[in-house]
Amino acid sequence: MSRAPRTIALVGNPNAGKSALFNALTGARQKIANYPGVTVERKAGRMTFASGEPAELIDLPGSYSFEPSSPDEAVTRDVVMGHQEGQRRPDALIVVVDANNLEQHLVFAQEVIALGMPTVLALNMLDLAARDGLVLDPKALEESLGVPVIETVAVRRKGLTELTAEVAKVTEEGAHEPTLPTHVDIVERRVSARAMAKGAIISETKQRRLHRGLDKVLLHPWIGPVVLFALLFIVFQAVFAWAAPFADALEGVVAALSDAVVTNFPAGLLRDAVTEGLLAGVGSVVVFLPQIIILFFFILVMEATGYMARAAYLMDRMMASVGLSGRSFIPLLSSFACAIPGIMATRSITDPKDRLTTILIAPLMTCSARLPVYAVIIAAFIPAQTVGPGIGLQGLVLFALYVAGIVGAMLVAFVLRRSVTQGAASGFIMELPRYQWPRARDIAIGLWQRGYIFLRRAGTIIFTVTIVLWLLLSFPQAEPGENQVDASIAGKLANGLAVVVEPIGFNRDMALSLIPAMAAREVAVSSLATTYAVASDDEDETAEALGTRLAADWTLPMALSFLAWFVFAPQCLSTIAVAKRETNGWKWPIVMLLYLFALAYIAAGATFWIATAAGL
Amino acid sequence: MTAHAEMSLADRPLGNAVRVVAVDWAVLDEGEARRLRALGIDSGAVLKIAHRGIFSGRDPIAIEIGRMTVALRRAHALAITVVDAPDEGVHPSGHTASEYAK
Ligand SMILES: Nc1nc2c(ncn2[C@@H]2O[C@H](COP(=O)(O)OP(=O)(O)OP(=O)(O)O)[C@@H](O)[C@H]2O)c(=O)[nH]1
Ligand SMILES: [Mg+2]
Repeated sequence: MSRAPRTIALVGNPNAGKSALFNALTGARQKIANYPGVTVERKAGRMTFASGEPAELIDLPGSYSFEPSSPDEAVTRDVVMGHQEGQRRPDALIVVVDANNLEQHLVFAQEVIALGMPTVLALNMLDLAARDGLVLDPKALEESLGVPVIETVAVRRKGLTELTAEVAKVTEEGAHEPTLPTHVDIVERRVSARAMAKGAIISETKQRRLHRGLDKVLLHPWIGPVVLFALLFIVFQAVFAWAAPFADALEGVVAALSDAVVTNFPAGLLRDAVTEGLLAGVGSVVVFLPQIIILFFFILVMEATGYMARAAYLMDRMMASVGLSGRSFIPLLSSFACAIPGIMATRSITDPKDRLTTILIAPLMTCSARLPVYAVIIAAFIPAQTVGPGIGLQGLVLFALYVAGIVGAMLVAFVLRRSVTQGAASGFIMELPRYQWPRARDIAIGLWQRGYIFLRRAGTIIFTVTIVLWLLLSFPQAEPGENQVDASIAGKLANGLAVVVEPIGFNRDMALSLIPAMAAREVAVSSLATTYAVASDDEDETAEALGTRLAADWTLPMALSFLAWFVFAPQCLSTIAVAKRETNGWKWPIVMLLYLFALAYIAAGATFWIATAAGL
Repeated sequence: MTAHAEMSLADRPLGNAVRVVAVDWAVLDEGEARRLRALGIDSGAVLKIAHRGIFSGRDPIAIEIGRMTVALRRAHALAITVVDAPDEGVHPSGHTASEYAK
């Protein structure tokens, strides 16, 4: 007899390893990272019991109690209680606890167990317990909690078979009288958590020395900020220095492909579409894959080690001075990858005003899609020289652009917190996770995912927009002697826009790239490349690297003003859509759009005129 | 000043173990108060200040409680009244040995 698949949910304190366990059980690739508040939404996946019966497994945001103090915690409560729309109430729960911090994790675990739902406790992170000399007795824990306790190491896939078997068993048995008292408050639960932990600990050594020693340095009032700054500095140096050979090789491949197409196919529209649209356009974006990978390498390592939470601590003072909390730091940092997960991550922020402010400034963080735009302009206009031992000028300029985005965000937050999102100063309360050595496999998977996302964007949205632009640039066909871009539909449209952006130093070709860049930032690069390829008179020029063309056609003030525009200009349409969803309406996305355009226009204009006046 | 004088956590030097004797929940935001309690920062807890910032107000503060390190703001620490607990040390459970007896 078949029946609807069972639904099992993972619950527990933040950073207990729920998502790691979810990935291990379902084969999914949910984001896991070493700081609290990574998962902010419910995520469903499929797991299989030993009997072959499939079940739905739900990963939930970490929670300290069923009395939510932030939107992500509310999701956990609603799903577990069966109040979440479109989600069946789970048939059974897996409570995930960190074996190294039972006194804390057992408080919420008791609240969950007291619901009387079929429950299994996963005693996770036993490898770290072993590292720190902590020996536990799961049987004792089982006795005091009244539910099965299974030892697991989620990231090494240990204990999974036992866990699923036990879950299948308790699910069959169904709901039961709660094994723990139901009407007790948090103080009583804390007292019993202590007693239970004490009863379960067979032996322990003194506290973690590694952790203490590292924090002494990394959270040091003077050394800490210096290390953070130096680290970020190195990241941007590396983005240029390490990527160069790979980027050059990729550029060589694109140029060789273009040559091959030209020699092997007859001249015609189709060949032009391939060389001018696909290879010059999309190819000009793909060559930035190495830079993207390097940037994410650093981000992933900082997330996996637990340094990210320390960075939030160090940045809190600065955030506080503009009325934000260190809690906003992590969403803002996620926005360096892309503003969309960044805006989603604001769900872990307790205060609604704080959260709204963070959503509004998230687009000012330089997302990875802007990296190709910056990199192509910097490579074309900033000489690859060093300005000090091991300090490349190009990396320095890139660093400055990222800083400009951050400073802009802080200024905007300052203004917002004193006007539209006025409210009590919000605080910062955050658990700082234990340090962990990053696992090479996790980093590799993370990089693979980011690389894949980048290439998929290149193959879909960037490709589509670039080809549409190529069509608009290629028709109607120019009379002999006339420039193709001048004659085209796109050229005519851009002439209109050029009037608006002329005061800030933009030429027609730059104006032409602004509109398609709304679909995806990188399209600014591909559309410039396609425009110049279409405008070029012969194949050699078509295959020329974009940087060479830019260096010949633009002045330095123009290039700088273009960069300034991209520091502030509104992000892609998907960001606007997410902002609408997360703020429940059009009001705030429109505010966001308007202020970003205004800032971009002013910043680009100021940059252009100052640079011109300075005689650059 | 005697060793058992009550004072605000915000005024404590680094490193000394203290016991929380009272928390003025009323001055704290409701969600934040709940978060602090959820992390075990409540009357009876033994903790110590492990790190603090450099600039004005020496914000934020990192405290060690039990096996956790928790970051919070000076504003929260001001609402927490503590007494010295030099002999008790920070027990891994975040509470004093004497409390187990209770
Ligand atoms: N050593 C070790 N690390 C683990 C284990 N399980 C998870 N981790 C690590 O612990 C960190 C947190 O894991 P997550 O799965 O993201 O935790 P979570 O419970 O989903 O956290 P939130 O989504 O923030 O609630 C990550 O860095 C994991 O790699 C384990 O069994 N052993
Ligand atoms: Mg998670």
